[in-house]
Amino acid sequence: MTAFRALSAAMAKGFVRDRASVFFSVVFPLMFLFLFGGVFADQGQSRGDLVQIGAVPLVDDLPAGARDAFDQSFDVSRTTDRAHALEEVRKGDADAAIEMSGSTLVAHYTQTDQVKAAITQGTLQAFVDAANAAAAGAPPAFRFRAVRVEDESLKTIQFVTPGLLGWAVAMSAAFGAAATLQGWRQSKLLRRLQLSPVPTRSIVGARIGVTIGIAMVQMAIFVGLGAAVLGLRLDGTWWMAVPLLVCGTLSFMSIGLLAGAVSKTTEGAVNMANFVVLPMAFLSGSFFPLDGAPGWLQAVSRALPLRHLNDGMLDVMVRGQGWTAALAPMGILLGFTLVLTAVAARLFRWENA
Amino acid sequence: MAAIEVRDLAIAYGEVRAVDGVTFDIAEGEFFGILGPNGAGKTTTLELIEGLRRPDRGEIRLLGENPWPRNPRLLPRIGVQLQASAYFERLTAREQIRTFAALYDVPVRRADDWLERVGLSDKADARTEDLSGGQAQRLAIACALVHEPELVFLDEPTAALDPQARRNLWDLLSGLNESGRTVVLTTHYMDEAEVLCDRVAIMDHGRILELDSPAALVRGLDAPVHISVRGRLDVAEAETMPGVDAVSQDDGDTTLTTRAPAVVLTELAARDSLDGVRVHGATLEDVFLQLTGREYRA
Repeated sequence: MTAFRALSAAMAKGFVRDRASVFFSVVFPLMFLFLFGGVFADQGQSRGDLVQIGAVPLVDDLPAGARDAFDQSFDVSRTTDRAHALEEVRKGDADAAIEMSGSTLVAHYTQTDQVKAAITQGTLQAFVDAANAAAAGAPPAFRFRAVRVEDESLKTIQFVTPGLLGWAVAMSAAFGAAATLQGWRQSKLLRRLQLSPVPTRSIVGARIGVTIGIAMVQMAIFVGLGAAVLGLRLDGTWWMAVPLLVCGTLSFMSIGLLAGAVSKTTEGAVNMANFVVLPMAFLSGSFFPLDGAPGWLQAVSRALPLRHLNDGMLDVMVRGQGWTAALAPMGILLGFTLVLTAVAARLFRWENA
Repeated sequence: MAAIEVRDLAIAYGEVRAVDGVTFDIAEGEFFGILGPNGAGKTTTLELIEGLRRPDRGEIRLLGENPWPRNPRLLPRIGVQLQASAYFERLTAREQIRTFAALYDVPVRRADDWLERVGLSDKADARTEDLSGGQAQRLAIACALVHEPELVFLDEPTAALDPQARRNLWDLLSGLNESGRTVVLTTHYMDEAEVLCDRVAIMDHGRILELDSPAALVRGLDAPVHISVRGRLDVAEAETMPGVDAVSQDDGDTTLTTRAPAVVLTELAARDSLDGVRVHGATLEDVFLQLTGREYRA
């Protein structure tokens, strides 16, 4: 027990004192959390820049309430110089230029920003339709209201936290295992420990314990800062993220073990872990949702442990599913761990040839 | 009783016979050196004895036990120093030795005592990465001894140290076997083996070429002694002195080669020609050259 405690303390100190490790496993992912959850999240659709050429009665004569709605959607500037207005649209300074041609509202747009162009057109179309309906004097037969299925208070932060936390844990667990195995082999510390009476299970146990501890600290920081600063809300069975994260940590450690077993130098092991973890994070939806990805990419992502960790954490932290939703991902993660650890154990050598 | 018994030990890596039929005993309390150039098979021999490798052939008894496979009864009784960098990353010297002490259930106090004994108390809070080569080696030796093992293995403890640091380390090493502890040391420094070891095995190409005390090895060489005196003696006359085999001169010094140094020295004294006398006997290095027939490659 003394030996286990001493080894754990030595490993934990080794991690905390390594500024690069701390930066990449805590500070760096936190930067992304603030970027996605804080900065981009409040960037609602900005107002469109509209150039009005000459008089446009449809807009000019809007009733007060409708005029307010119009001004919320568009920032209107007026001009009589048609060529100048079109040039502004062409250069991208304005999103569209509008003018009246008889009873038709004509909008000139550029194809450069297709999304903006589509939104501008759709919004203008809606105003024309509403004006038509008002002119006909008939009460509308149909109305439209959009309601989100999630809790209405749900913000972007809810969705980005689990994925970024998964990525952060994947980095620290995989790098930690790879660097420890390879570094200790190189310095002959592994040999030295083999010649001490400490059982191998104490060494492995200490490494696993410390890595899981680091993952828990990462989670506490992410969830704590998210809740305190970025408006993250925890409810339902969010605590199931803890056992999920433990299983995820084990699976990422097995990736690191494999990288450490195969490579010849510490740098090589860390690079190899990086080579696996970063693409895995992209493919597992840590940075953006995978809903739009083609089928084959989805299939590839399902072979990656981080995908299952992210799905499981989204289920219990965001989608409000019961605790049972975490069981299947946990099983998959543990299975992945067993297979990769077995391969790593076969390839493992006590020292570099 | 022998602390270590090795019989006909052999291991090959592919075609290379790293250790090829090695046999020796090491007595309890003995300071035993394994001497040889790089690649002679010293470290592999040590690793076989420690139980890190399985020999192809041969038998090893360590304190009466078999070291292979990993023998947990034996491990607390032996200490090993592999090389200076076998440390936990980013720990201070004190944390380092306390961690090693904990592996053997040794109390913190004794770890701190050892730090003091190797003269590192004022470096206790320095990271091991920041220690000098000599300090790092002293700490490695303290870490190997912190649980007071009966048997300690030191693998090239003074490699890559400057002469000053090497001599400092010798002072520390020379007392290690005083309390009946057995010490096994590998080195490729002849002078080191001569100063520290009770007996020396000279290895090359995986075999033991010679095994005896350093003095006996040098004596067995029957090499001539060189006596130098300041001032120019008459060469022709010196050659006729009893016991003198050859005479040579360089600027200011005359060197007489002899196998009867006592006779020659008496003769020189009678002529009052002992000014600045220096006597060079053969060293282990000469023994090594004689045995291997080649320059010793460090």
